[in-house]
Amino acid sequence: MESLMAYVVGIMFTAAFYMMLRRSIVKLVIGLMILSNAANLLIFVVSGMTRGAPPLIPEGASGPAGIVADPLPQALILTAIVIAFGVLAFAVVLIRRAYEVVGTDDLDQMKDTDT
Amino acid sequence: MSPELILPVLIPLTAGALSLSLWRSVRYQRILAVLANILLLWSGIWLLMSTTEHGFVTMQMGSWPAPFSIVFVADVLAAIMIVLTGIIGLAIAIYSLASTPRGHEKFGYYPLMHLLLAGVAGSFLTGDIFNLFVWFEVMLLASFALLTLGGERAQMEGAIKYVTLNLFSSAIFLSAVGLLYGMVGTLNMADIAQKVSQVEDPGMITVVAMMFMVSFGIKAAAFPLFFWLPASYHTPQVAVSALFAGLLTKVGVYALFRMFTLIFTQDVDYTHNILLWAATLTMLTGVLGAAAQFEFRRILSFHIVSQIGYMMLGLALYTPLAIIGGVFYIMHHIIVKTNLFLVSGFTYRLLGSYELKNLGGVYKYRPLLAVLFLIPALSLAGIPPLSGFFAKFVIIRAALEAEAYLVTFVALLVGLLTLYSMIKIWAEVFWKKIPDHVHNTEELKGKLNEKHAWAYYVPMVSLAICTLIIGLYGQPIYELAEMSAKQLMNPQLYIEAVLGGNQP
Repeated sequence: MESLMAYVVGIMFTAAFYMMLRRSIVKLVIGLMILSNAANLLIFVVSGMTRGAPPLIPEGASGPAGIVADPLPQALILTAIVIAFGVLAFAVVLIRRAYEVVGTDDLDQMKDTDT
Repeated sequence: MSPELILPVLIPLTAGALSLSLWRSVRYQRILAVLANILLLWSGIWLLMSTTEHGFVTMQMGSWPAPFSIVFVADVLAAIMIVLTGIIGLAIAIYSLASTPRGHEKFGYYPLMHLLLAGVAGSFLTGDIFNLFVWFEVMLLASFALLTLGGERAQMEGAIKYVTLNLFSSAIFLSAVGLLYGMVGTLNMADIAQKVSQVEDPGMITVVAMMFMVSFGIKAAAFPLFFWLPASYHTPQVAVSALFAGLLTKVGVYALFRMFTLIFTQDVDYTHNILLWAATLTMLTGVLGAAAQFEFRRILSFHIVSQIGYMMLGLALYTPLAIIGGVFYIMHHIIVKTNLFLVSGFTYRLLGSYELKNLGGVYKYRPLLAVLFLIPALSLAGIPPLSGFFAKFVIIRAALEAEAYLVTFVALLVGLLTLYSMIKIWAEVFWKKIPDHVHNTEELKGKLNEKHAWAYYVPMVSLAICTLIIGLYGQPIYELAEMSAKQLMNPQLYIEAVLGGNQP
């Protein structure tokens, strides 16, 4: 299962890079979206995909009984998803404004600030 | 309980929330901006005093013991950075009173500025690697909005590059955090530092180290990852440029200093050698880029890149003296670079352009402004007795002691080329006559039609005085850098301060 997920993560990163290398800014944002999802999935996979009980400590005990799942990666992913959501919302508005102002969605036409 | 540790984050956050609730009254937002930054500076000085006294100040969120909770840690370096954040925040807040267009102020300029400062302060103080990511994002999101405020074409184009590369860097950072967590099972930086040596496969640690290097390298604008910076930093209005120029890239540099002295020291030959080459090429490409530019702020932007090289050089040489030099350089650079941007903004106010060919005659009509430019400019180039000379001197001496002669040569050459760029600006903007095609020169020649003209001068003069103090009265500053270098070179101190009695 883990090696399968590793391939999935790899494919997602590849897809993200491919999309980001396209000229269109819409595809660029889609690439960024996939990239952040790939990073989230990576956290999920590398921290070990154990099938365990919820990490709850029974009353009176000092530690959980048996194998429990690690809750931390999920907390990290949740935080990262929320942040990525906010950032992407901004990015989508940005490309819309940029399209309105510049009049093209081709990154090759946006060379005003380069020299 | 040490409130000074959390205040540098709480003050800007509270101020940001308050200024949001004062949305309709720009007047109160302005007063609040200045007040909050005075408080921020005060809390920074308080923090610096207590770190120089106790060495480390730590705080555990929710009173959970260290490796389980998010910790805030301040050592001398972090406290220095907070003080600098306070100084720059205050300077920018005052400068904004005069320079920021009314429209920007109405659309949340001040709340965003507070949020940005909160993100910067949080990144300096946190001792938890995932928390560092979160503070980075707070800072980035505020900077995205500040960068695009106004919505002109150049801003949009610059912002797309800035946003893309910074998001890309965040994704690499996040992946690296995930991989590191998978190997060591902890997020606390001190805890990671003592557990990396026990990882079975040290090669993987180096891989993760390189991912962090790329991620922070993008944020710090190091070669070959700096292209977003000269494409975007000259596009927003000038107070924002100055704020970014002073603080944002230095957060990346600070993160590099933290990671590569505390955690990734197991393969110094490999990682720090790459840093050394990156630093050398950063210096060189930055300064050559600047030599080719003829726009005030673009020249300065490229010089940010080249100066980042010097700071990374201090880290890459990885000797006590070199780290001192690096820290000293950060202190000097933040103040000087912000001041140069402020000067460029004032010349823009006078003549309405940043293009060197449209500027001229400033020395004749505004000699004080010329002096205010000359102090940071010569300091940047490293002319004694200004701050830049000592910063460069320490780093170059460290490079000589490490027998890195090629790097020493490049560092000296870059100093010379920096001087060339500064002379170019001096000759074009201040020395030459006003070009014939420039007509709107009434404000340059006569009285400035501006209610808050003092708000332009106060920050420029104070930052210039700071530069002079660092240069002429450098001993205490050097001692601060020395203390922080001592702490950085002994990661064990940091680990003990954070984990205390919880060590295995």
